[in-house]
Amino acid sequence: MSARVLHYEDRIVTAFTACSILWAILGMTAGVYAAAELVWPELNLGLPWLTFGRLRTGHTNLVLFGFGVSALIGTSFYSVQRTSHARLFAPRLAWFVFYAWQATIVLGAWSLLAGWNGGKEYAELEWPFDIAIAVAWVAYGVVFFGTIARRTVGPIYISNWFYGSLIIVIAMLHIVNNLELPATLGKSYSLFAGAQDAIVQWWYGHNAVGFLLTGGFLGMLYYFLPKQSEQPIWSYRLSIVAFWAFVYSYIWAGPHHLHYSAIPEWVQSLGVVMSLILLAPSWATMINGVMTVSKAWQKLRTDPALKFIVLSLAFYGLATFEGPMLAIRSVNVMSHFTEWTIGHVHSGALGWNALITFGTFYYLVPKLAGRPLYSVALANLHFWLALAGTMLYIISMWAAGLSQSLLWLSLDDLGEVRYSFVDVMRAMAPYYLLRLVGGLLFLGGTVLMAENLRRTFAGARTVAVAPPVLAAARHAVTQSAERSL
Amino acid sequence: MSFLGLHKAIERNTGLLVFGILVVASIGGLVQVLPTTLDDSLSAPSKDVVPYTPLELIGRDIYIRESCSVCHSQQVRPLLAEVKRYGPYARSGEFAYDRPFLWGSKRTGPDLLREGAKYSDTWHRVHMTNPRVVVASSIMPAYPWLAERAANASADIEARLRALRMLGTPYADDVIEGAPKALEGKTELDAMVAYLQSLGRHAGDVPDQHAGH
Repeated sequence: MSARVLHYEDRIVTAFTACSILWAILGMTAGVYAAAELVWPELNLGLPWLTFGRLRTGHTNLVLFGFGVSALIGTSFYSVQRTSHARLFAPRLAWFVFYAWQATIVLGAWSLLAGWNGGKEYAELEWPFDIAIAVAWVAYGVVFFGTIARRTVGPIYISNWFYGSLIIVIAMLHIVNNLELPATLGKSYSLFAGAQDAIVQWWYGHNAVGFLLTGGFLGMLYYFLPKQSEQPIWSYRLSIVAFWAFVYSYIWAGPHHLHYSAIPEWVQSLGVVMSLILLAPSWATMINGVMTVSKAWQKLRTDPALKFIVLSLAFYGLATFEGPMLAIRSVNVMSHFTEWTIGHVHSGALGWNALITFGTFYYLVPKLAGRPLYSVALANLHFWLALAGTMLYIISMWAAGLSQSLLWLSLDDLGEVRYSFVDVMRAMAPYYLLRLVGGLLFLGGTVLMAENLRRTFAGARTVAVAPPVLAAARHAVTQSAERSL
Repeated sequence: MSFLGLHKAIERNTGLLVFGILVVASIGGLVQVLPTTLDDSLSAPSKDVVPYTPLELIGRDIYIRESCSVCHSQQVRPLLAEVKRYGPYARSGEFAYDRPFLWGSKRTGPDLLREGAKYSDTWHRVHMTNPRVVVASSIMPAYPWLAERAANASADIEARLRALRMLGTPYADDVIEGAPKALEGKTELDAMVAYLQSLGRHAGDVPDQHAGH
């Protein structure tokens, strides 16, 4: 459209990246501290806001909405401009999104530690924050889709569909699940009650995982994996088929969080079937990613950014296989309510979401700074710390979860429970300690990255990247995208 | 128009893409979530299920404030081992006045759905103040400050009850108006113990237990 575009709006990408890293460190520190409280329960030092319940809620909110969402918004602003050959639409509105989001994270985390809590998992923030989030999110959507609408290339690139599904579906889930009646400024009651509230909550909860932690980060993958490996997407057609299958089937899977509960049986069964079907689009995307990088394996020897992204793809495959398995009722009966759930979440959150974000940042920050990464050796050290931390974390939680359920469900010859709850809880101590070590390793790696990227950025010159304007090149891009269909 | 032809249109039109995602992502919710939220049999209270008293409600709101549900479930599954350990399994009619629901997803500590009347009030008071006094290996945080705070410190119990009544909980006028008086002299610890002791009081309504598995 406008041929007078001077350069991409990238300062906002830098701002989101910096905040994302800050929230990563704070959020993971909260997680590590909460993990330590399960080993030494006196660690809250008698302070209400440091008790496990509040700190754990602060942890999940900081890493999900601080670290994760800041990374998603920042990288989507970076990639949507480049895949659209257009400057960001309404940059002032984009900066409003930035300040509104960061203010929500700061005040929201404070409110959770102070005890404002809506009571729904991963949607704990009280109603004033729910409204702020909805407003910021709609503004994000306007900037993002506005940029796509003013693109100067024909097709909308696949990464933007995934980021787009993140924006649309999370808006829908957030608004419906947070329908509540305020009693006071810091206290509201859900519009739904009991079993119905549970169904709505896990429709939200599961698909926050689906469209934020999967869809959003797949948007990141589809832009940064081809860039970093310098290879085109292996099959553009597969990416399209997998996209629609993903958007259609993920939304049904929520009830597998409510097996053997007081919700209708047909809802649970439907949740199982759709969870199993979900394996197909999930692995289609993984295969597409692995095949894309398959002509560039040699780069893994020298390129830490690509190493992170490829490893994250492996964990993505692992977590999206484990998820459908856990949705099967006879497996779920063993895993539900146990540490296995925590292990599963972290194989996705650490192995997939955090690692792909780290890889993306190692690619992105040197681009934004206009100079090479400060230290490749430090990044390599980070890679091994992150891998060791993740493995220690998830293996200890798998072992803990399996032990828990076997001991809980064990009956003696008279048909009575064999182990008291306290016995089983005591058996968890070594696993909790191992998990703490895993978390510390992972956090240590993240701190290394923060310092490495800070030094990369320190003293950077201002980089202004202009969109390509070659008509011939644009024509070629359009042609090749059409051919691949 | 062929599938690929249709897709060529979608992937070149921002509005169509937004619309397409919205429609495709809504189907599951429309088939699965919408009908169940309109199903009265899921929201109707069982016989003898009564709303929380003002003191119990304050206790429940403290339970939410402290995120107790991240470590304690309130959902006994119909499994022999669980029914033996905790008591009768959960039925939807028991939760009719639970806003939000507190079934939880994790048992770092035990399930609490049938916790009421299992221990004395005194046991709970000691346990909340320092769990390790009564359960030596407990890893639960101590909550000594609950005993120091007034149950109605924020003086908003009437607003809470009114909000719940607007949502359908049948609180009579005199219950709402008398609530501040009912909370006079009560601490948060009193409220917490009252709530914990109320858990599972409807278990007797559950007719028979077909605990398979």
